Amino acid sequence: MRVVSAPSDKFGTFVTPSDPIRSGRRKRCIMLDATITTLTGGTEATYVAAAAGIALRRKKDGQVVNAEADTDWAGLLIRVRDRRDREAFAALFRHFAPRVKGFLMKSGAGATLAEECAQDVMATLWQKAHLFDPTRASVATWVFTIARNRRIDALRRARRAEPEDLPWGPEPEPDQAEVLEAHQETAQLGRALASLPEPQRVLIERAFYGDLSHSEIAAETGLPLGTIKSRIRLALEKLRQQMT
Amino acid sequence: MSIRHHLSDQLLMAYAAAGLPEAFSLVIATHVSLCDDCRARLESFDAVGGALVDIGDEAAMGADALAAVLARIERPVAPMVTPTRRAPGVFPTPLQDYVGGDLAAVRWRRVGGGVKQAILPTDKDASVRLLYIPAGTAVPDHGHRGLELTLVLQGAFADDSDTFARGDVEIADEEVEHTPVALAGADCICLAATDAPLRFRGLIPRLAQPLLRI
Repeated sequence: MRVVSAPSDKFGTFVTPSDPIRSGRRKRCIMLDATITTLTGGTEATYVAAAAGIALRRKKDGQVVNAEADTDWAGLLIRVRDRRDREAFAALFRHFAPRVKGFLMKSGAGATLAEECAQDVMATLWQKAHLFDPTRASVATWVFTIARNRRIDALRRARRAEPEDLPWGPEPEPDQAEVLEAHQETAQLGRALASLPEPQRVLIERAFYGDLSHSEIAAETGLPLGTIKSRIRLALEKLRQQMT
Repeated sequence: MSIRHHLSDQLLMAYAAAGLPEAFSLVIATHVSLCDDCRARLESFDAVGGALVDIGDEAAMGADALAAVLARIERPVAPMVTPTRRAPGVFPTPLQDYVGGDLAAVRWRRVGGGVKQAILPTDKDASVRLLYIPAGTAVPDHGHRGLELTLVLQGAFADDSDTFARGDVEIADEEVEHTPVALAGADCICLAATDAPLRFRGLIPRLAQPLLRI
């Protein structure tokens, strides 16, 4: 593997174009925080992350992953919804499609099937954009629910009845504070997941990849779900009031 | 009256992860349709799935994947099928979908003592049935081998420990040995799922068990 010296050497780190993720994760994270603009020898991925304002985050084991922290995915999806904006869709695709594919492969799908299903999930995102309510769920959460349902069909898992749909109806101009809250919760949850003790995190992952039966699932996740629950609960109350 | 007996975190998370047998999923979906508290808890577990996808490993998409999807969404699609909400009734929408209608559409079979049941078609990992227990009637004394979820849809029943009314769900495992009695008033209708056959304690019900498929 060729190691390329870059101006960022002064931070005691290096960048390897051939393997941008594996090397120097922790160090690049610090670097980005410190002085992204002086980084001239970075990989394309680093530039894209910087341009999109995506914060890189450190997992407990030293890995760094992209966070949704600063990218307004909900805003992009609303552009898809209202204006059929293909550029916004492409940005969503680049972020979510590889993650959906990764999720499906972890769930036991082969690469070909996972690729096909990830494309289906992204097409569904476009087709059902009008059903997305950004005050109720982050884009990541919504993508997960679509991927979960696609997985049931693709891997012939047990049929899953859906709860009665609420006449929720996304508002044309959602409350930005609420949208931001839903969005930040996913990022916070991601950080909380990453900082869980390894065995606990692995159990949660295995549950969501479909590796565990319901009796093997631990009730206690150690995740801060209380605030999310309270916010959704309040939104439901508001909705019920409007319905009566 | 508000719902007092809710689903466990364990069940909600398993449902969010799509890790339940079909029979249990139906009970969860039906309860969540009636209970905003569990709906909010469920959606917080959905958010865990979202966070996992977001921080999870990426698998590179094919070089032409975006172009393929863009070409595909270009083409007109059939009108989107949005989930249809059935007319409000005794049964919420997911249960009506299994029954093919509300209470009147149920094809009951007599079990004895005025008790009736209707087994709903699901995969074989667990079974789910509707139970009709006339007001004031006891359900035969039974214990459980596996997990049993009983959701009340009409009327109420009580066992040694508590009372369960519309929307309440009783979660019973091997520890529970009880004698539920339908309370006076309306006849009691429940949706009950189990991953093991119920085990009745009397000799006669036990002999009848294979015939009744319960």
